[in-house]
Amino acid sequence: MLQNFVVPDLYPAAPELFLALMICVILLVDVFLGQSRRWITSLLTMVTLIGCAAITYLTADGQSVLTFSNMFVDDLLADFLKLMLYFTVMVVLVYSRDYLAARDLERGEFYVLVLCATLGMMVMISAAHLLSVYIGLELLSLSLYALVAIDRDSSRATEAAMKYFILGALASGLLLYGMSMVYGATGTLEIGGIAQAIAQGTANKTVLVFGLVFLVSGIAFKLGAVPFHMWIPDVYHGAPTAITLFIASAPKLAAFAMALRLLVYGLFELAGHWQTMLMIMAMLSIALGNLAAIAQTNIKRMLAYSAISHMGFMLLALMSGVVADDRHFMINAYSSAMYYVVAYVLMSLGSFGMILLLSRAGHEAEHLDDFKGLNQRSPWFAAVMMVLMFSMAGIPFFVGFFAKFSVLLAAVDAGHVAVAVFAVMFSLVGAFYYLRVVKLMYFDAPTDAQPIRAALDMRILLSANGVAVALFGIFPQAIMSLCTYALVRSM
Amino acid sequence: MSSNLLSLAIWLPILGAGAVLALGSERRDAMRWLALAVAVAGFLVTLPLYIGFDKAQAGMQFVEQASWIPRFNVFYLLGVDGISVLFILLNSFITVLVVLAGWTVIEEKQGQYMAAFLIMSGLMNGIFAALDAMLFYVFFEASLIPMYLIIGVWGGPNRVYAAFKFFLYTLLGSLLMLIALIYLFLASGGSFNLLDWHQTRLELTPQILLFVAFLVAFAVKVPMWPVHTWLPDAHVEAPTGGSVVLAAIMLKLGAYGFLRFSLPIAPDASQYLAPLMIALSLIAVIYIGFVALVQADMKKLIAYSSISHMGFVTLGFFIFNQIGLEGALVQMISHGFISGAMFLCVGVMYDRMHSRNIADYGGVANTMPKFAALFVFFAMANSGLPATSGFVGEFMVILGAIKFNFWVGAAAATTLILGAAYTLWMVKRVVFGAVANDHVRELTDINSREFLVLGLLALAVLAMGIYPFPFTDVMHASVDNLLKHVAVSKL
Repeated sequence: MLQNFVVPDLYPAAPELFLALMICVILLVDVFLGQSRRWITSLLTMVTLIGCAAITYLTADGQSVLTFSNMFVDDLLADFLKLMLYFTVMVVLVYSRDYLAARDLERGEFYVLVLCATLGMMVMISAAHLLSVYIGLELLSLSLYALVAIDRDSSRATEAAMKYFILGALASGLLLYGMSMVYGATGTLEIGGIAQAIAQGTANKTVLVFGLVFLVSGIAFKLGAVPFHMWIPDVYHGAPTAITLFIASAPKLAAFAMALRLLVYGLFELAGHWQTMLMIMAMLSIALGNLAAIAQTNIKRMLAYSAISHMGFMLLALMSGVVADDRHFMINAYSSAMYYVVAYVLMSLGSFGMILLLSRAGHEAEHLDDFKGLNQRSPWFAAVMMVLMFSMAGIPFFVGFFAKFSVLLAAVDAGHVAVAVFAVMFSLVGAFYYLRVVKLMYFDAPTDAQPIRAALDMRILLSANGVAVALFGIFPQAIMSLCTYALVRSM
Repeated sequence: MSSNLLSLAIWLPILGAGAVLALGSERRDAMRWLALAVAVAGFLVTLPLYIGFDKAQAGMQFVEQASWIPRFNVFYLLGVDGISVLFILLNSFITVLVVLAGWTVIEEKQGQYMAAFLIMSGLMNGIFAALDAMLFYVFFEASLIPMYLIIGVWGGPNRVYAAFKFFLYTLLGSLLMLIALIYLFLASGGSFNLLDWHQTRLELTPQILLFVAFLVAFAVKVPMWPVHTWLPDAHVEAPTGGSVVLAAIMLKLGAYGFLRFSLPIAPDASQYLAPLMIALSLIAVIYIGFVALVQADMKKLIAYSSISHMGFVTLGFFIFNQIGLEGALVQMISHGFISGAMFLCVGVMYDRMHSRNIADYGGVANTMPKFAALFVFFAMANSGLPATSGFVGEFMVILGAIKFNFWVGAAAATTLILGAAYTLWMVKRVVFGAVANDHVRELTDINSREFLVLGLLALAVLAMGIYPFPFTDVMHASVDNLLKHVAVSKL
């Protein structure tokens, strides 16, 4: 046995190894720190993420390198998504610090769990093997379950964590079951090997398609697409807002990577099958998400349903990659989906950041009415929120418009004109509830006269977030071409 | 000829709006004067467009081109021809008046009010100047945002309903247009250049579908019967300035869209569906004329009169002859002056009496003689009295319609009776007769600022009525070119 052991090439996994090491260090250091010196943990976490970013950036050479016996891949796609991921997590940490401190939740566990979840997402992004997909996913999910319940005295949060855990376990089970079927049909767990086996025609198609159904269910659960969306509103609503911010942003990147790795890299030959499934889920998500969001009075729930519809839009692009074995749509479609996710993460960060900004000790600004008259309390942040809302509604000149536009273009290009019309009609419905937020901020008088207090770094970052949503809307080319470039180099 | 005049016309007001916002409502005087200076400067930069315009040339002039989103082949492509150049001037001119009209009346958040109008002015110049379909679309949709805020923040009691209705109605149309644009992008082999699209060959079925998509977008904007119901609500609730911009410019966007998109891109469908368009136009002219007759609210009456007059414009487009089309364009510009003036007149009375009900007035001529003279003059123009601009456009369209078909012309001519009936009857009840009540007795005549605003418009109406040649001369070559283009089948 031992003589077969080869020391794997660690270089491609350097950021993950660094992060794992730092998690241990932070865990240890934090034990010796009192609450008054918690800032050291916070600082260390930031330094870790910046270090990861530096390593990822410096080791990004545009080559696809497999390591750990073909379980782990380091390509440009992974590097790009990971850099986005670090950035997102850093923003989350800045936005959530004051909120958590005011509720006595800013403990060492928070930082360690966030970093563990980040590590899990990085493994998902770089997975080249069904087992590494699963390990990454579980690391992410278990950290998130704990994070949702971090406010252990809140019954609502505990209930949400419970619900999340049970449904998440079910989804993991489905995913594992699907993986075992794929393994049974192809005889390998390597994603590249699976693709090869299917291409050679040696795999049993029936078993494969059965396995595919379970895999797609697992992915849909992580993305929160209908009919696997049940957990989203409750978890978004129940979790402390800072945790909601985290769940609503970074994991979308990882879930997108998982979908891409499994469906496109692994089961591309079955595109005809999974594209139909994605289409149905996309249409259901767009319809249900937008309709249900109208009825919400809690802005976290509203944004949860809006997240469902946004993921539906993203799926719309994922399902437009192949038409009758013609593959020239691929890059366009998948890079549109990627652009959509990146744009969505940016908007999601901003809007949950606004909720955190308006919250303070003893007050959760989670009702829509808390946004009443914001224009009179702070014209600048009202403008930031307006930009975010119009961007989510897909109105130009904001980034959300170009994300929607490129997805629609991919869908129409693939011949799904009717689906595109369906999608825009429901985004008309969706425009209503985003407009309602603008209405509350601008047309109504404030009910809450408290001045808005927030740390300077949060104010600056939140402003920058709003400006970025507008600026990437006026100049959308930069991110678009980055997405395309990363994909082209990794396919 | 290369210059940056068009960019200046678009971005000067928008950047100026930023400065106005930065100055804020606290420094009211400085802010107001700055807003006025920006508006006047915005108007002055458009003058060279008219002076330097080569009237013999039918093509685009003052063209500016820069790459914007290379991935989708989208260009920042601007240019004007004889059809669009006048609207840029009209828009910039009206903006100056709107800033003046809001000088003292708007007390709440005046900085944001002025900024919203300046931004709107820039965006609308963008719509008229854009030659790239995406650029057009982006400006087209973005212009909804400031109008939504103007109606919602500074509007009347039912403003929220009106603002939502306005936004969602218009968005419904433009989303369908977005799909049409994407379709055309693919059909033309990857170009968003409008002039390329004019040459793209299309089968009749796609042409009809595209025509219908554009029809929904532009018919809502014009608005044509039966999708006109948002307009009376929006007009009644909007502040005076909002009504003026809506009537004078925004309605023209829809009509302009027909000329830029529907007719040249789908000429065969336009010919094929012309009977439908003529029928809808005549319904607008006659039926809406009767509806206007029974209105008790002055603003509503003028709103319905606008719809009726715009019916004339669309009628002129779809009878496909030179005099009809030019008449329609003249009617658009003339209606911009007259409806703007009518709304300003109602605004003058509303500011003093806080009522728009006809029944609350009577004998205004006794207390406000200067105002009454101007109001009666504009009412005469609205009913198409010779020597005012209202007559020229209507007369040309009726001539064109009779040339096309006698009965269509005869039906259209009823507007001369109906328009005179509803306008003059309103004037009779409001202006003439004995002083109705104590409120009217206490009215003060218009001050020099109001006199200046209305006087400038009166001069424009009169000049255009007596000597329309400078207006028709500019559009002649382009209209000729458009008609020749529409006559050639694309099948």
